[in-house]
Amino acid sequence: MRFFAALVCAFLAFGNAFAEDLPPDVLIKNVSNEVLTIVRQDKDIQAGNTKKAMELIDTKVLPHFNFTRMTALAVGRDWRSATPEQQKLLVSEFRTLLVRTYSNALSAYRDQTLEFKPLRMGAGDTDVLVRSEVRQPGSKPVSIDYSLEKGPNGWKVYDVVVAGVSLVTTYRETFAAEVRTSGIDGLIKSLQAKNQAPLPAKAAK
Amino acid sequence: MLSLPLSTCLRSRSAALLAACALLSACASTANPRDPLESYNRAMFGFNEDVDKAIIRPVAKGYEAVTPQVMRTGVANVFSNIGDVWISLNNLLQGKPLDAASDMGRFLVNSTLGVCGVIDWASDWGLEKHDEDFGQTLGRWGVGAGPFVVLPIMGPRTFRDAVGWGVDMMADPVYEIQHVPTRNSAAALRLVENRAELLPVEKALEEAALDKYAYVRDAYLQRRRSLIYDGRPPRELDDESAIDSAPVAGIPLDAESAVSQLVMLRVNEQMAETQSALPKPSDPTE
Repeated sequence: MRFFAALVCAFLAFGNAFAEDLPPDVLIKNVSNEVLTIVRQDKDIQAGNTKKAMELIDTKVLPHFNFTRMTALAVGRDWRSATPEQQKLLVSEFRTLLVRTYSNALSAYRDQTLEFKPLRMGAGDTDVLVRSEVRQPGSKPVSIDYSLEKGPNGWKVYDVVVAGVSLVTTYRETFAAEVRTSGIDGLIKSLQAKNQAPLPAKAAK
Repeated sequence: MLSLPLSTCLRSRSAALLAACALLSACASTANPRDPLESYNRAMFGFNEDVDKAIIRPVAKGYEAVTPQVMRTGVANVFSNIGDVWISLNNLLQGKPLDAASDMGRFLVNSTLGVCGVIDWASDWGLEKHDEDFGQTLGRWGVGAGPFVVLPIMGPRTFRDAVGWGVDMMADPVYEIQHVPTRNSAAALRLVENRAELLPVEKALEEAALDKYAYVRDAYLQRRRSLIYDGRPPRELDDESAIDSAPVAGIPLDAESAVSQLVMLRVNEQMAETQSALPKPSDPTE
């Protein structure tokens, strides 16, 4: 346990010291490889232990995401009419929802390989697209594109697009419909209800 | 069992369904302009979910359980291979002769050295698999997407893609097989293999969606838009206008900035209106 804590601290220290200096594609590459190396060796995560996968994502992946921007993108126009308190709640609930989704997706990982496409980035760009592909023998490669922006704390991801589908803006219509019928608070309530539902049991196999 | 009504009725059914949808759209009223058929669509989506739960998913699970991965890859490769000719033709129709040549190369290599398509050597040699169909070709030609519609069994389509899919079916080698039991078995096998490929991700979908119908609809629409632009769609208008000046949570708005936010909002809305009123030949999905 102490070892684990030390590891987390080491990572956080690493994150603070170097993450802002890393180019965006190197950052994504490093984080992905680190996470996949762990998943490859972890029988629990492979068997569908969602809690463990969530811990992994929490410590390794989340520090590199800008959840405020992601939530604003998902909520769209209604974001502006939310009070700061509502915005805070929205961000935290949306964050939980995405983490639960990702951790489920992680258990589906087997022996796919990741490939990165050359980064197109001009000097002084503060908004870039890092394009990658998941390759698996016998099936079409699946593209994963990360949108990143440069802020005071280095590059942060604000959108992930898998096979052309944004994990963020796909929510926009659902959220807008929710706000139309029951307001921002209604949206917060349904997010909370969704997040409080029990995690699905181990992969039904 | 499932294959029989499926393969025999699909062509005529899609035409009848299109007509039915056109009728429905005349009297449908809903809040979402992108989905005028929403109430019909939700009902058909529910029906498809039930059919999936009762028949298709259990069969796919059984297939997954008894079929070794090597064999499944072979099955997927064979169906992928016979599809490459049509993909090649569509790339040609979309003005991408290099991609078309690559698809044809894939077909020739995999049909011969790959033993009738069982082994996908071409991918190993750098001839990448493409994803094209006639709906995408129509999109490239500037045909609008039309309303979103959920078809029986086949699931989500736009009107344009439903028409495109009808053409795809006519060009589908599986439906050219004269021996009916063979044809139906092949069609069923392909359906089951495709469904089995989705088994690992369905849990993530359940976990992600607040409203599964709306999530699937919007994911489908984004996916099709991305495919038409071969993975590089232009950014949608409201992506930036809605967000760029969004206040960050935790920083209270004072009265002055609140007013300027409102003004910006109006300006953005007006801009969006003006721009959407202009013809946009560059974006066939709008």
